[in-house]
Amino acid sequence: MSTQEVVNSEKFKKLVTKRWAVSFSLLIILFIMYYGYIMTIALQKDFIASKVIAGGSTTVGIVLGLGVILGAWLLTIVYVIWANKKYDPAVAEIKKEIQ
Amino acid sequence: MQSTLGQANPIAILFFSLVVLGTMVITYFAAKRTRSTSEFYAAGRSVTGFQNGLALAGDYMSAASFLGISGIVALQGYDGIVYAVGYLVGWPALMFLVAEPLRNLGKYTFADVVASHLKSGPIRIASAIGGILVVLNYTIAQMVGSGKLIELMFGMKYLYAEVIVGTVMLLYVLFGGMLATTWVQIIKAVLLLLGVTVLAILAMAHFDFSFAKLFMSVENLSSLTGTQYHGKELFRPGGLVSSPLDAFSLGLALMFGPLGLPHILMRFFTVPDAKEARKSVVYATSFIGYFYILIPIVGFSAAVILTKNNLFSLMDKGGNMVAPLLSEILGGSPFLGFIAAVAFATILAVVAGLTLAASSAMSHDLYVSVFKKGNATETEQVKVARISTVIFGVTAVAMGILFENMNVAFLVGLAFAIAASANFPALFLSIAWKRFTTYGAVWSIIAGGLSATILIVLSPTVWVNVLGYEQAIFPLKNPALVSMSLSFFVALAVSLALPEKEAQEKFDADKVRTYLGIGAE
Repeated sequence: MSTQEVVNSEKFKKLVTKRWAVSFSLLIILFIMYYGYIMTIALQKDFIASKVIAGGSTTVGIVLGLGVILGAWLLTIVYVIWANKKYDPAVAEIKKEIQ
Repeated sequence: MQSTLGQANPIAILFFSLVVLGTMVITYFAAKRTRSTSEFYAAGRSVTGFQNGLALAGDYMSAASFLGISGIVALQGYDGIVYAVGYLVGWPALMFLVAEPLRNLGKYTFADVVASHLKSGPIRIASAIGGILVVLNYTIAQMVGSGKLIELMFGMKYLYAEVIVGTVMLLYVLFGGMLATTWVQIIKAVLLLLGVTVLAILAMAHFDFSFAKLFMSVENLSSLTGTQYHGKELFRPGGLVSSPLDAFSLGLALMFGPLGLPHILMRFFTVPDAKEARKSVVYATSFIGYFYILIPIVGFSAAVILTKNNLFSLMDKGGNMVAPLLSEILGGSPFLGFIAAVAFATILAVVAGLTLAASSAMSHDLYVSVFKKGNATETEQVKVARISTVIFGVTAVAMGILFENMNVAFLVGLAFAIAASANFPALFLSIAWKRFTTYGAVWSIIAGGLSATILIVLSPTVWVNVLGYEQAIFPLKNPALVSMSLSFFVALAVSLALPEKEAQEKFDADKVRTYLGIGAE
């Protein structure tokens, strides 16, 4: 196949669509997670300052903050696992067809 | 307890000399391998994903994020954590939206990517100016902050501090190019992560490694003598996130700002391919996430330990000295010396990275690509790169001295706002949108950059805090919500109104490069 044929092939188009679908899904999760956190801070200050377990010492805010950091990190891991397992092999396959 | 902070600490000077000496040795060896433009700007594309992850983390973990955020946590409590979280969330976004296509489409600068299927001249001028504006604002904030910091920490005169930072970082960039700058960044990142880890462990040892005990002690702060704290208030979000709209706007700048910071984007051209680029983001996110989890521990422990030792009076208003003071109490003057040297290395490395990014925009984007239309020999290109490095370095020092007594904290916010509003929309649309046009890009950069700058001046951040007026004209502290939306709107409107057929054809032809890496440099 020539590069022009590659660009027009179903396989390639599907790969591109899939790539952005995965990216945007993960971005939306990140958005919901982060803005959920920020909006809780803006609107529910008492809840943020309250204790996770009554009588304990750790506050909800600490746990949520830690959760968003870990969650954001996990999303990058999810993306890399997807890219390694699905995207790279698909790219390699298409590349083989190009002469 | 007394502190030796601000006096010439022999151990600080020893560590400081070791850092400078070590990085100079690296620069010497890097200089031997820095002859071509690809070596000067992109370290010959020889950096691995792991190394680049450390270097990216190094670029991002500035002295402001180490000393500044631990200080905010110690003084204001929870607001510091909101910053820490906010500074991390840009990284996954960077991964999802730009990292791999950026690597595949670019050569030395992000403007290469924006220009890849559009008309080179106007695009490069616009994106180079957007890039330089971001870097300049960021650099001025770094230079002024670093001068003050060195003054406080080593008792050195502000003027000397500026000149020393300027000279040492110029030596790195000028002779060692990207290779030296990367290694300086890696060493600094390792030292910083090590320093913060040791500091957090020593601090937690004070609380018998129990978070419950740490949080209890913070809460009971109000009962200690000589305290200005209401302990419980430290767990309550303060003024940082006041209205939802304000929060949303600041969040946008923090999330999309990193996707338009030229010195961060430039690092993606130092790795061999898109896969390594992807890996570097994971490593960078891991290191930065780890760092921002430790920083609140340092801040909260400092609030308790410094109050117990009656050292709170020694702190500056911004809280920058919280971490150094804590390290002195916990590890004596040797550890203070180490932390001070780490802070200094951090400043040097960050300013060096910024200078290299500015230099590449001036020489590669403006001089070689626009002025010489790409017709410049390797020798000439490297020569121009070195000249622009000196020009920017001298400007940075001059600006640092000029702005000594100004409140420049808002400049980092401005840099993020311009990055998110001018650079990011153009970069992202050029990667993902077929119908994006040259004029769409140019006008979106202008609209985003100008509106971000004007609105931040009219916002409470500058209008009230810096200029001292009663009431701000523009209500949001960070303009990203308006300026970034405007930039995207202008990009869409102009591109749809004036279609550019050539750009669409080139976009399709470039697709194998964007997604498969075929033909990537």
